[in-house]
Amino acid sequence: MRNVWVILRKELRSYFVSPVAYLLLAMFAVIFGFFFWNILGFFVFRGMESQMRGQMMPMNINEDVIRPLLSNVSVIGLFLIPMITMRLFAEEKRTGTIELLATSPISDVEVILGKWLSSVILYASMLSLTALNFLFLFKYGHPDWKPLLIGYLGLLLQAGALLAIGTFISTLTKNQIIAGAATFGVCLLLWVLEWVSGYETATWARVMSYMSVITHFESFSKGLLDSKDAIFYVTLIFFGLFLTARSMESLRWRS
Amino acid sequence: MITVTDLTKRYARHTAVDHISFEVHKGQIVGFLGPNGAGKTTTMRMLTCFLPPTSGTATVAGFDVLEQSFEVKKRIGYLPETPPLYPEMRTAEYLQFVGSLKGLAKAELAKRVDYVCDRCAITDVKDKLLGKLSKGYRQRVGLAQAIIHNPDVLILDEPTSGLDPKQINETRELIKSLAGDHTIILSTHILPEVEQTCEQVVIINKGKLVATDSVSNLQNRARGAESLLVEVGARNGLADPAKVQTRLELVSGVSRVVLKNKRENRSVFEVESRKGLVRGDLARAVVEAGWDLNELRPAAVSLEEVFLQLTGDVTAAPAEEAAVTAGVK
Repeated sequence: MRNVWVILRKELRSYFVSPVAYLLLAMFAVIFGFFFWNILGFFVFRGMESQMRGQMMPMNINEDVIRPLLSNVSVIGLFLIPMITMRLFAEEKRTGTIELLATSPISDVEVILGKWLSSVILYASMLSLTALNFLFLFKYGHPDWKPLLIGYLGLLLQAGALLAIGTFISTLTKNQIIAGAATFGVCLLLWVLEWVSGYETATWARVMSYMSVITHFESFSKGLLDSKDAIFYVTLIFFGLFLTARSMESLRWRS
Repeated sequence: MITVTDLTKRYARHTAVDHISFEVHKGQIVGFLGPNGAGKTTTMRMLTCFLPPTSGTATVAGFDVLEQSFEVKKRIGYLPETPPLYPEMRTAEYLQFVGSLKGLAKAELAKRVDYVCDRCAITDVKDKLLGKLSKGYRQRVGLAQAIIHNPDVLILDEPTSGLDPKQINETRELIKSLAGDHTIILSTHILPEVEQTCEQVVIINKGKLVATDSVSNLQNRARGAESLLVEVGARNGLADPAKVQTRLELVSGVSRVVLKNKRENRSVFEVESRKGLVRGDLARAVVEAGWDLNELRPAAVSLEEVFLQLTGDVTAAPAEEAAVTAGVK
């Protein structure tokens, strides 16, 4: 466990010493800020409209603001996650520092956990920026905070799964760009798989749509904690980290 | 300290290391010598548990590199060919990271960092970014990293490659000074390095073990017969090289005379003799014939020749030549 912490600390340092972390944080804050402003603007516009007509429309800040916002965050995540994970192993392989890790008394699992956790923490710190926007909602309105928390949990689980896959892909190459591009492709695919459910209801379409990471976020965005979806993400995390461990081991036998 | 038995590493197409066996005792500095691509790095990677051997075994400090790799890793310090540095880290920070990676306790860490910085003369770059260091400093930080946890065994892969002559000397001195506390294996393709730093040498070529012996033994082995350089001169060009050569060959004990170098009125011969007591006879012969004896000294046999003899196809040629000469006589 101590070793996980050693790796974790080192990875976080290199995220926050280089511009990577700040760039991601800034990009995320700006994009999320735009969505927040946009969705809230629409919400306010509809409120005014209903007042002008003199008839009350059912309006719910959780349903109409928080839920679409969280769904948007999960999609923005898909785009930013490759940038978080692409360097994790590719960089170590390129500079040869992987030899230092591999010849130190520390297990592969500890290295992988440390690296993956550091990426999860970076993502979590990106998410924490959104709390600033939500604070305004709580100041001027009365949203329910429990669905919001579940939504955050869902975002973290979803990101954890994609980060695990990204970590795995990063072990496959020395080239960060290749790792990033491949991770982006996989993330995108895991997103659009869901689209087939729009026009097809056959079993294969249901299976495909089930594999999409977006499908499983649906319930979280509503504020529902569905164990089926949580287990899907956790399984994906384990699967990704398992592949990473296998890949690291095969690295030794191959190179 | 290190025992290697029949160590083999095979890849899909070729065998990088082919049944190598050798032994290194505690406190020794061993030079691992071979041309580029001989399998030095592969062997070192197997010793450091980075690569698993295809067959054969290696033990470091009594632990098997495959079965007890964790124990081995605790006891080795490894400097790969390119020092494993994180460019975005500062020197002291990096050494602390490596120290904690190797399992040093927090209380010890600061002390060890100070100690290795002092030992490797990198105290003045302690707060610099590793990415900004010069090649010489990076190499020394690499060495500092390898000794941070005071390992029993140090494995250094070409520790002086890419350094300028002054840095090479400094690094060699540093390595020599470390020998007392650590057992050291260093790989190199530079021969003088082995002559200067190592006590023992392991020569490999194309993945095969060629020789393993102490440096002085190897030099003797290559010498076999003593060989002398004789420079003969004459004031008025009377010393015809051919004549001198015939005269020298007549001295008892001389087995072979080769004209090495001829200038206007002096010529240099290499004289090989079976026993070591022909110098006086040679000098007398030259002087009595009326020539000047400008120089008479033993031809130093460098490891270079040993190396070429042992690794190259050169071996066949001189042996044949010697046989022919002997036959003529």
